[in-house]
Amino acid sequence: MWQYEKKLQYPVKIKNPNPKYAQIIITQYGGPDGEASAALRYLTQRYSQPYNEVKGMLTDIGTEELAHMEMICAMVHQLTRNLTPEQIAESGFAPYFVDHTNGVYPIAASGMPWTATYIQAKGDAITDLHEDLAAEQKARVTYDNLLRLIDDPDIIEPLKFLRAREVVHYQRFGEALRLTTDRLDCKNFYAFNPGFDKLRGKKRG
Amino acid sequence: MNDKAKLKRQIYELDFAFYELVLFLDSHPANRRAMELMREYREKREKLIKEYEERFGKYIVTLKDVPMSDSWQWLDSPWPWDTDFMEG
Repeated sequence: MWQYEKKLQYPVKIKNPNPKYAQIIITQYGGPDGEASAALRYLTQRYSQPYNEVKGMLTDIGTEELAHMEMICAMVHQLTRNLTPEQIAESGFAPYFVDHTNGVYPIAASGMPWTATYIQAKGDAITDLHEDLAAEQKARVTYDNLLRLIDDPDIIEPLKFLRAREVVHYQRFGEALRLTTDRLDCKNFYAFNPGFDKLRGKKRG
Repeated sequence: MNDKAKLKRQIYELDFAFYELVLFLDSHPANRRAMELMREYREKREKLIKEYEERFGKYIVTLKDVPMSDSWQWLDSPWPWDTDFMEG
């Protein structure tokens, strides 16, 4: 189970609301490479992993992704507070506003709602870990793109923190992949189905 | 940033360092240096929480921290997505 901590992993305090920025940052909540995708992907993939190190990592990184989701939601919430009807109309925020008012709803920058088709649990250790490595890079690129478009330091600082976490998670997942492949049969060059193989991690006679 | 916010930030930095070590230990479970650092950060965090409680009252971050008193203090502090969270 989980226990809530009443704090953010990195503080978010944005002085100036900006619905234009909110509309692009929200993609890291409900977009294809966003934090909701990350959290659900890792927490879902845990069950079929054969090794403790990898089960631990998916649990702990998946949990951290929930905290990142909360940071992104806090940013969107603060960026869309106290808006006038004129600001809503001028900033292009009206289509979101009519459907969700000031609620924080998981969509991509394009407006597409979050969908489980963004993630996979293939039940195969090697396959899932490769997806996770790619996911961390895709999220890192998304943060790079956001940082290219945003010039408010109140927003840039937490985004830089989140970008750095993608890099660290990529590193850890690389180690998880190495730990897994190290335990495969040395003749299994293509690393087939180690999660399904009953002889996984053991030498065949 | 007031003193309360500064102290909270220091505690959160140690929470972060602790968490970073958790991930590292998941892939390096036999690393003694990481375990040592984890103990060091835990001790530093306990000291900071003691200082916080002497100056600002009970440090409440999880439901288990909420003291049994006349009222339900979980609701008394700002929420993490509020702009006054660090100072409040």
